[in-house]
Amino acid sequence: MSVAVEFDRICKAFGPVQVLHDVSFALQPGRVCGLLGENGAGKSTLMKILSGYEPASGGELRINGRPMQFAGPRAAEAQGIVLIHQELSLAEDLSIAQNMFLGHEKKRGPWLDDAAMRVDALAALQQVGLDVDPDTPVKQLIVAEKQLVEIAKAVARHARLLIMDEPTATLTPGETERLFALIAQLKAEGVTVLYISHKLDEVERVTDEVVVLRDGRLVARHDTRELTRQQMASLMVGRELSDLYPPKGPPPTGDAPPRLAVRHLSVPGWAQDLSFEVRAGEILGFAGLVGAGRTELFEGLLGLRAHSVGSVAIDGGAVRIRNPREAADLGLTYLSEDRKGKGLHVAFGLRENLTLMALRRYATPWLRPAAEQQALDAAVREFGIRSGARNPPASSLSGGNQQKLALAKVLHPGPKVVVLDEPTRGVDVGAKRDIYHLVQGLATAGRGVIVVSSELMELIGLCHRVIVMRAGRLQATLGAGQLTEEELIAHATGTR
Amino acid sequence: MPQEPASTATTGAAARRAGAGRASVAQRLRALGPVLGLVALCVAGTLLNADFATLDNVMNVLTRTAFIGIIAVGMSFVIISGGIDLSVGSMAALIAGAVIMLMNGLAGSGLPVLAIVAAGMGFAVALGALFGLAHGLLITRGRIEPFIVTLGTLGIFCAYLTYFSNGGALTLDNALADAYGPVYYASLAGVPVPVWVLLLVALAGGLILNRTAYGRYVQAIGSNEQVARYAAVDVDRIKVVTYVLLGACVGIATLLYVPRLGSATPTTGLLWELEAIAAVIVGGTALKGGSGSITGTLVGAVLLSVISNILNLTSIISVYLNAAVQGFVIIAVAFMQRRRP
Repeated sequence: MSVAVEFDRICKAFGPVQVLHDVSFALQPGRVCGLLGENGAGKSTLMKILSGYEPASGGELRINGRPMQFAGPRAAEAQGIVLIHQELSLAEDLSIAQNMFLGHEKKRGPWLDDAAMRVDALAALQQVGLDVDPDTPVKQLIVAEKQLVEIAKAVARHARLLIMDEPTATLTPGETERLFALIAQLKAEGVTVLYISHKLDEVERVTDEVVVLRDGRLVARHDTRELTRQQMASLMVGRELSDLYPPKGPPPTGDAPPRLAVRHLSVPGWAQDLSFEVRAGEILGFAGLVGAGRTELFEGLLGLRAHSVGSVAIDGGAVRIRNPREAADLGLTYLSEDRKGKGLHVAFGLRENLTLMALRRYATPWLRPAAEQQALDAAVREFGIRSGARNPPASSLSGGNQQKLALAKVLHPGPKVVVLDEPTRGVDVGAKRDIYHLVQGLATAGRGVIVVSSELMELIGLCHRVIVMRAGRLQATLGAGQLTEEELIAHATGTR
Repeated sequence: MPQEPASTATTGAAARRAGAGRASVAQRLRALGPVLGLVALCVAGTLLNADFATLDNVMNVLTRTAFIGIIAVGMSFVIISGGIDLSVGSMAALIAGAVIMLMNGLAGSGLPVLAIVAAGMGFAVALGALFGLAHGLLITRGRIEPFIVTLGTLGIFCAYLTYFSNGGALTLDNALADAYGPVYYASLAGVPVPVWVLLLVALAGGLILNRTAYGRYVQAIGSNEQVARYAAVDVDRIKVVTYVLLGACVGIATLLYVPRLGSATPTTGLLWELEAIAAVIVGGTALKGGSGSITGTLVGAVLLSVISNILNLTSIISVYLNAAVQGFVIIAVAFMQRRRP
């Protein structure tokens, strides 16, 4: 049985703040609908209303023609509506099967029927193409696998309407392909899919129609066929979007001395014997599938993981790095891919976040809040951070602005070399453009820049050279003439 | 920078301003909570017993607050950094016993009495810092939960005092006790010495927590240890120092306590950990760490001694139930904290 959903003049206000204005549209069963909009456009709020996490403050939500007011996510699930969270919500210490049936356990009498749950879990995992034992504890999975478990969980619960929020953010190209095949299969079974993504090429490929929200209002609804990616982007931001990538600076000459040179770096279990260097003014990319060991490689370099290294030299001088403190003192800083878990103190103010890595500069020995505020004001201008109040908690910023703050934070100590891990993960297209220009600016200023990214277009658009890693090893180093998506994928998957 | 449509920028900004305004009003109310509670208790105390609001009684309450208050200042750092120390009560008892043994031992050495007292006081702080250092190293280098480490040392400290005192009391020589007495009993400008010490420790604690890089690091670690580690904060060293600070605070509290009775017994410092942790939590510091205030801790400590004072002065609830009342207070406050986002 299918679910037909109709939004009729849905409004939502948080206190005095109106985040949705009279949004009306209907979803037909068995279609894939892309929901587009910049961060803060109201997509998440609308989806939370549909999946029972938030009540609407006005208008009507009709399911199969009947007005509905969900009391909670379980009420929505009872109607077959399931939201797959962008931020994963799995219990780390439980097994995959236990997670998939959490709150819906199968029982035989008063006892849990583990065998039956295991069988169903296995079937659902096979359907999403994840080849692991359902008894595996979730904490042993990498992020991409957890994402697939979330999707399998929805499949196991016989969802009729699936809301996917950036499902491919952590997936490799191969896993993305499997996900798309699964979406096609679900669609054929009459399942409706609401697909939220910033990756317009995916939206173009996988959706039948797109709905565009801007500033809490529905601004457009079209069949996907009728739109180009450029048009989608323009509808989202409300203006023409050109020059996403800044013009690349000239590649450094071969005899320019390296700012950072690493020889024979190994991180047990993740990366084996990598050597690389980055020169002043150069942007060096690191490509690879999720799990190829890129993040772990740099966490090892910073001393955050056990590692062994032949030699590290910064500006020609041999150095030893045992922890991020020493790295920062030597002029090497790292922007983590995990913004909320490792990048920012979301409960802290912008000011406290910005100055944390260079706090000694402000301690004489007493901290000088006025000087810190000046630094924040300067960073807000330089990085284009949009914040309402003067020093609100970082959690009040949108994803893109949080990312700009995180970037400002790792640059605040004035590093010679900066490693940016997934610098545009989960940010909208406008903020992406800002960040790309900032990154190019860093190189122009003579810093060595390393960009780790799963978005191939980003690496191609930004980098002078790209190192491709596969299963912990350096697979290839591609120069300017070789940077194409096909080439990168071929090396990353080992088909070349 | 590209310009966003004007409408988004303005509504977004207004929205966030409004949100920030709401949060800060709620925060201010929460920060005022302990103060309001203290005021209410004082009003109740005054109504219940005419002696409550006298200057003598106020000084008495504040003097009794000193031990717990000083320990609670140190405890604030540990709790804000996300740790806990359950051993402070028996640590105080063992330090008291060790100080008394040292001073009695030096009594026959021909040193001037005042020098012996000074040596005892210095020894108290040094021993406390040393115990704190041991805690900190076991927790960071040894990677053991603070709860377990300090639960273990709680037993160890207590047992060693019982062993040294042979199950009874360690008592300070009379001559030394007379010379040491003023440290607890004397007053400066009408205010007892322990109250001055409490104020100084609290002032220093507040300055360190709010106005130094170290204090910021402590809050950063408690708020999210991973983020702090990635932001080049030397997490282990900062944590060790919180336990050393707490140990030193226990030492200071003990050096004020020894001249009061001149002895240490296995019941010395009994349940001080409950009172110190309760003072911190009642003062508005989140038990999960990240944020807190020394002023709040001070208010929390005074509030707890006011409760015990009212129990002493009136007969509504038996004074034997003092610790029970404190226990109820800490649970009630934790219950209210639970609603925090």
